[in-house]
Amino acid sequence: MQFFGGSEISPSPPVPTASGNNAHMMYVFNRNGVCLLYKEWNRPLHTLNPQQDHKLMFGLLFSLKSLTAKMDPINADKGNLGVPQLPGQGCSFHSFRTNTYKLSFMETPSGIKIILVTHPKTGDLRESLKYIYGLYVEYVVKNPIYTPGSPIKSEMFNTALDQYVRSIS
Amino acid sequence: MAAIYSLYIINKSGGLIFYKDCGTKGRMDTNDSLRVASLWHSMHAISQQLSPVNGCSGIELLQADTFDLHCFQSLPGTKFFVVCEPGTPHMESLLRYIYELYTDYVLKNPFYEIEMPIRCELFDINLSQAVQSDRVALLGR
Repeated sequence: MQFFGGSEISPSPPVPTASGNNAHMMYVFNRNGVCLLYKEWNRPLHTLNPQQDHKLMFGLLFSLKSLTAKMDPINADKGNLGVPQLPGQGCSFHSFRTNTYKLSFMETPSGIKIILVTHPKTGDLRESLKYIYGLYVEYVVKNPIYTPGSPIKSEMFNTALDQYVRSIS
Repeated sequence: MAAIYSLYIINKSGGLIFYKDCGTKGRMDTNDSLRVASLWHSMHAISQQLSPVNGCSGIELLQADTFDLHCFQSLPGTKFFVVCEPGTPHMESLLRYIYELYTDYVLKNPFYEIEMPIRCELFDINLSQAVQSDRVALLGR
């Protein structure tokens, strides 16, 4: 982070709120559903092949967003179920938890979706996801060789990401 | 201060059998509530497919910006889920209590057809009592 001057991104990584967190895997999608990044740290069970898995994950998130926008008890005027929502439009969820994992989700105004799947006892990871987005901006977007919409191959991004996610434990 | 916006009960095929809306704004019409219930049923099933480890039983809590959704699935597959204010405590015990009311006033009712929409007066009365805020505070004890 010293290369770009730490003060330009967030001042320092947020204090980890998780206790005993072990990240299982991470996805980054763009607004068209292309999986830009898939990282796996600890995944004993693979139900589907990678392409199907990415599509299923994107589809689940798309539908959940549609569902939360419709179920929103505060806003009176809501679109119809199934109508694609623009990033930031309508109520969106930030995490869901099952008995075996917790999925934390963040969507940026540009449509980049960052998903982190962790241990179910993990705390609120919204700040961590914002920090990861900061890493993405620094190492990927600002890289002149990178074509937007293509899978991320940046070694520096992968290293920084790995280091940060392991430090959340 | 517990604020419950709505309660849904879905049968094991995903059809809505009970819906109670306590919210003031954001009311849904019947068709929308049916669609939302079926959509939730499918999302619950898909989330089990994406689990990194074995033994996933589906989404238990969904946290959004303006509400939380708690879901409880009974052993036969009936799902009870409640939409409430973010951070409302004791929702899991409330859902288990509602399941008890369901077994007592609905399943044990000889005129009730299983998997059909619930039309049992005693269930409604007891449910209204249960979702009042002081009652929810008692359950926390």
